[in-house]
Amino acid sequence: MSAAPVVELRGVTKEYRRKIALRDCTLAIPPGRVVALVGSNGAGKSTMLRIMAGLTSPSSGDVSIFGHSGALDTVSQLSRVGYLDQDRPLYRGFRVSEMLRAAARSNEHWNEQLAKDYLAQLGIGLDQRIRHLSGGQSAQVALTLCLATTPELLILDEPAAALDPAARQDLLQLLMQQVSGGNVSVVLSTHALDDVIAICDYLVVVAHGRVVVADDLEFILQSHRLMRATTTHNLWPEGAVVIEDRRGTRDGMVLLRMELPVTDGRVALEEPTLDEIVLAYMRSATIEEGVS
Amino acid sequence: MTNEPVIVFRLDLRSGIAPYRQLVEQVVKAVESGRLRAGDQLPSVRDVVGQVTINPNTVHRAYRELEHLGLVEGRLGLGTFVCEDVTAGDELGEVRAGLQRWMRDARDREISDGALETLWRDAFTSREARR
Repeated sequence: MSAAPVVELRGVTKEYRRKIALRDCTLAIPPGRVVALVGSNGAGKSTMLRIMAGLTSPSSGDVSIFGHSGALDTVSQLSRVGYLDQDRPLYRGFRVSEMLRAAARSNEHWNEQLAKDYLAQLGIGLDQRIRHLSGGQSAQVALTLCLATTPELLILDEPAAALDPAARQDLLQLLMQQVSGGNVSVVLSTHALDDVIAICDYLVVVAHGRVVVADDLEFILQSHRLMRATTTHNLWPEGAVVIEDRRGTRDGMVLLRMELPVTDGRVALEEPTLDEIVLAYMRSATIEEGVS
Repeated sequence: MTNEPVIVFRLDLRSGIAPYRQLVEQVVKAVESGRLRAGDQLPSVRDVVGQVTINPNTVHRAYRELEHLGLVEGRLGLGTFVCEDVTAGDELGEVRAGLQRWMRDARDREISDGALETLWRDAFTSREARR
């Protein structure tokens, strides 16, 4: 816990001409983790990732990457960050080998052997043309190129979106292999909460441009409980904060965040799934925003 | 990598059970059933990551937990091995036999699977069980 964060946002707001993408976001990403950034479309995930990668600067607030405040201005600082856009940019006319050469020339810490090992493992030939690759293979090549630059901070915008299950599995395994090699922190955005459970250990939920949850994934799962509530019953256990209260005429389900360990045996509490927790935060943020 | 792994893990992401816990339980079961024996080497973290899509930190955590349970031991630079003094455990055997009696009794009374599960959950989470 004492290790310095790899990325820190302090009161970051990002305004575009017509809309506010991020509002007063404060966040510290601990090192060596695989962080999931989750939220609805348009919640501000991509903007936040671009700010973390140093590709765009906030309208107000501070960003530090590897403890350096402000923009990463030198090439050596920039080369410590790998960023993969959701469009997975590749030159369609190139062969895979030509993409590798281009990447090798423009990256200081390029690891050619790693790239070739990964491609061999994926069964992608060096002489294949990019435009003949399947969608899954394109995504895998784009990630391979990014991984082979051996970044210390890897920022991935929906790396596995729209892939078939096998291609997705291969891609996420590739990523986990890189993580098991050490010295890398990952921040990735996704809508697939199953993937979050499998590969992530830290969760950030963004709703309407605000950070609504940011914590250790295991802690988040352990510190939330579902409680059945009736119309006459409004007594939460000690130390519980109501995140979302959904009432029917007779029955209701309340998601609580427990600020103290659960000890009260009189109320029946159930363990929520990650989906239930994330959705509750997303829905309750909607309501809050609608009122203001 | 000529050897087949001694244990093949799987992850059920919909189960609501934390992935590290699932790995721990699978090793415990494999030891109890005799599929894993004393001296067997567990797959390296890297190999597990190649088997199932999982965060390597989670595998480390599961292996640490198994060490705490006294089931495996990490040997520096060599890997993680099932402990020599691991036995199938007479106590576990007794509990299992008790559970099987309970199951037979419940089947005789024609109690549904759903009701059985609820009974088990209730008993498991009851105050008496949380000693």
